Amino acid sequence: MYVRRKPAWDTIPESEITPREVYLDRRRFLAAAGIGIAGAALGPVRAAALQEAPQVGEVTYGEALRADVNDYDLITTYNNFYEFGTGKADPARNSGDFRPRPWTVEVGGEVARPGRYDLDDLIRSAPVEDRIYRLRCVEAWSMVIPWRGIPFRNLLARFEPTAEARFVAFETVYRPEEMPGQRRRVLDWPYVEGLRLDEAANELTFLATGLYGRDLPNQNGAPLRLVVPWKYGFKSIKSIVKITFTRSMPPTSWNLSAPHEYGFYANVNPEVDHPRWSQARETRLPGLAKRPTLPFNGYGEQVAHLYRGMDLTRWY
Amino acid sequence: MVLTRTRVRLLKGAVWAAASWPLLQTGWRWFFGDRLGANPLEVMILGSGLSAVVLLIATLAVTPLRRVTGWNALQRLRRLLGLWAFAYATLHVTVYLALDQGWAWSYILEDVTERRFTIVGALAFVLLLPLAVTSTRGWVRRLGRRWVLLHRLVYPAAGLALLHYTWGQKADLRGPLIAAAVMALLFGVRFGVRRPGRRGPARTGSGGASPAAPVVGPRTLP
Repeated sequence: MYVRRKPAWDTIPESEITPREVYLDRRRFLAAAGIGIAGAALGPVRAAALQEAPQVGEVTYGEALRADVNDYDLITTYNNFYEFGTGKADPARNSGDFRPRPWTVEVGGEVARPGRYDLDDLIRSAPVEDRIYRLRCVEAWSMVIPWRGIPFRNLLARFEPTAEARFVAFETVYRPEEMPGQRRRVLDWPYVEGLRLDEAANELTFLATGLYGRDLPNQNGAPLRLVVPWKYGFKSIKSIVKITFTRSMPPTSWNLSAPHEYGFYANVNPEVDHPRWSQARETRLPGLAKRPTLPFNGYGEQVAHLYRGMDLTRWY
Repeated sequence: MVLTRTRVRLLKGAVWAAASWPLLQTGWRWFFGDRLGANPLEVMILGSGLSAVVLLIATLAVTPLRRVTGWNALQRLRRLLGLWAFAYATLHVTVYLALDQGWAWSYILEDVTERRFTIVGALAFVLLLPLAVTSTRGWVRRLGRRWVLLHRLVYPAAGLALLHYTWGQKADLRGPLIAAAVMALLFGVRFGVRRPGRRGPARTGSGGASPAAPVVGPRTLP
């Protein structure tokens, strides 16, 4: 049974552990040095291009995390996206051939309005927001990312799921010619994920089309990815081409691959360990510092009620 | 004789260069490069573990290679390779204890009692410890034939290390499969190819003068 407690993060200042200023200062110094050299050698045009560092603008959610936001370079060069390779640097390296446009999303199953939706048309149907969320990977590291996108609940209104719909299944594109990682059966392609309908309708559930106010880079799941910040990162499926509303719990890729290690729910939970390591702490990147992992990744107030009465050790 | 001594010296130099390469490269990245990127812990713990496995396999390869090639000078590299494997294993364990767990003994205890992944890894390291300690000439002389028996612990240690490596993967088993294939090949040669001067295939049974006995024993030492 889930016992609701005072959130532990009330007492932990987010900025206490991450030495981001140190990191930023170093980067700024390097950038300045680069501009100096490039400026002398190549003139003012090239120097201006070097200065263009992505900034986080106004956000509609997660303002308190602003000081902890990770660097754009880190977010876009350290990725788990097995479609482009299993190494963390592989997605940034191997996703150059991927074409995120034109893009359509096939919506089907228990909905009143099934069909193939053009992505740009889909995005226009709701106001785009910028939100800062924590991302907690099941591998016990975490980041803070400024996403751009639309709340999934806004699309629910458009698709009109029927009374029979209880789950939402998502599917990643299958393009082995553009995604070299799919040429090996590391996982059973295409990657599939799913949420309970009430989870999908939660205010936090987000469909991201960008980060740092820019379009999503291919390695981060272009052009459309899910973001469910209270669940481990692998639930946030990337490059979505199919959304199906179902009556029963849909299969999910990591659960199929290793059922004892990855469940359907995959809620961030410091008390339920991965069979191979503890989930009680996490490394906030970049660096080595550990911090305690928060129940539901710190979003308990928004989502804990979804799991009231459930044994979260059993439904991991 | 002079030629052989030079050759051994060259081979040992090559082992030093190759075995220290991952350590030097990582050190360079830390001090002069990108400080090991976004997740230094991942780089250090996976890098040291992989180096330990590769060098352990290299150590196990010495006798089979010698048997196939007849190049006995190779035997002189075995201790060096084994000690390098142990050095990386020690580094791996130290990174885990100090950086991953921050000496938090409650978590460490939980890992080595409840999780098979950590249990087999720890066991492999514990088995390597006495081998490293007794690798000196003094211990070889003191232990005599028991030295040979004791150092057969390298086989279960290698098996456990391979298991640890395999269980450490999320889905991509390429690395462990390659390691397993090489180990299987080495054992095949080790116990399948006849020893020079013997009739019939080498015995694989236990007890007596097993073919597992290395050429460098107490008797062949100066």
